[in-house]
Amino acid sequence: MSGSPVAVMDAADVGRALTRIAHEVVERNKGIGDVVLVGIHTRGVPLAGRLATRLGEIEGRPVPAGALDVVMYRDDIGLRPPGATHVTHLPFDLGGKVVVLVDDVLYTGRTIRAALDALVDFGRPRAIQLAVLVDRGHRELPLRADYVGKNVPTAADEAVRVRLAETDGADGVFIHRGPSPPDTDQLPAARRGTRA
Amino acid sequence: MNKHLLSAADLSAADITRVLDTAAHLATVTDRAIKKLPTLRGRTVCNLFFEDSTRTRISFELAAKRLSADVINFSAKGSSVSKGESLKDTAITLEAMGVDAIVIRHGASGAPWRLAEWVDAVVVNAGDGTHEHPTQALLDLYTMRQRFPSFDGLRVAIVGDVLHSRVARSNIQALALMGARVTVVGPPPLIPRGIEALGCEVSYSIDTIRDADVVYVLRMQRERMLEGANYVPSLREYTARWGVTPERLRPGQKVMHPGPMNRGVEIDAAVADAADALIERQVRSGLVVRMAVLYDLLTHGPVEVKVAEIEEVA
Repeated sequence: MSGSPVAVMDAADVGRALTRIAHEVVERNKGIGDVVLVGIHTRGVPLAGRLATRLGEIEGRPVPAGALDVVMYRDDIGLRPPGATHVTHLPFDLGGKVVVLVDDVLYTGRTIRAALDALVDFGRPRAIQLAVLVDRGHRELPLRADYVGKNVPTAADEAVRVRLAETDGADGVFIHRGPSPPDTDQLPAARRGTRA
Repeated sequence: MNKHLLSAADLSAADITRVLDTAAHLATVTDRAIKKLPTLRGRTVCNLFFEDSTRTRISFELAAKRLSADVINFSAKGSSVSKGESLKDTAITLEAMGVDAIVIRHGASGAPWRLAEWVDAVVVNAGDGTHEHPTQALLDLYTMRQRFPSFDGLRVAIVGDVLHSRVARSNIQALALMGARVTVVGPPPLIPRGIEALGCEVSYSIDTIRDADVVYVLRMQRERMLEGANYVPSLREYTARWGVTPERLRPGQKVMHPGPMNRGVEIDAAVADAADALIERQVRSGLVVRMAVLYDLLTHGPVEVKVAEIEEVA
């Protein structure tokens, strides 16, 4: 790895971004009547939990949060080693709900595509919205986020790493220059070789 | 994991843990309204069965279908094998059809190894002669892990016809690797000489099964016993001396059996139907563990390739 990581958000920035997103969710949906949160493993899950806490504080009642594993739904299975599987836990019926999908980084959009496929296997939500902490661009699919913590312009050979207290000890978002370390969701598009 | 799953010895402790963890996650899918995952869409799995099977063939078929793979079921009966086609020509035919994985059961020990030399497809040994049955071992370990917190020091007694049992050979190796203490128990003619080398102890006393946490009962494989060979004086004599009955067990001991059972021969019906029997649970485990095996083999690819790819990216 060349160069040291550059911090683009510190812990306070992450906290403020989540608070703003929570308010936007309330505003867009005119309350949180049918809203449920679904975090995408790994780091989307704690982010969904934090958003649920904030929404609960704003509206004065709890918002259910679940966890979704999309590894089995990816379209690049066989092209590269898949990540470890996690438990999908959706403790609510999706029918008629407004699902806010939560992930840490929006990049090619392929994780979100897999998540959309996975969600419809559980029911038919009234609407699905997307919240991400960082949008780094370079989409390969026609998808966009409804709620974005921070837009971070990047080059294709850079890697964006989100660190959260729950999984990594402390909050922060960093850009690594040069080829990225292997992380299932962060492999640069150009380097995803096709392996038979 | 290696490219193929031929023997329990192909697996590392990390491989076993990963497959069992994946299986546990896949088990949550079977509780959903939509039980199918798109994971292996476009892949073809062939079940190549030269020997009869109920549980293994059905669970491999369902496992592949639950992962959206296409499935070809081939049984020697009714195929060109009955016209004398060889295993090699059958393999070449399947290869020409472009199958991605071949699940093979064969009466000849070692047949899956030969097959793996002839084809590019991933080969899964679903039982070869009296040699190995690695996915049975994995589903047995999965079943045990649901009941016991750790394999470390877990005492497992494998009782009965060890000589003809591919289930025993795979289980001994996998359990020993995970830290369990395995004892094989049975009459001397049915315990192969030197079996200790696989990582177990040997006992010729049925009373030792009382010391175990898990009593794993093997089927008397009459169809594999050589004509006229006197492994046991008679089945009735075997049952009297070696049958697993309620009287020979401690309360709370878990009992397993790979099926099909000879009730009233190696296992008493009261034991098979008792609350401590995990036999039906083993069948349930078969589906999710075989899903995990197919997933692992068809997505991870050879270990060497994976390592090279990670280095390139890093």
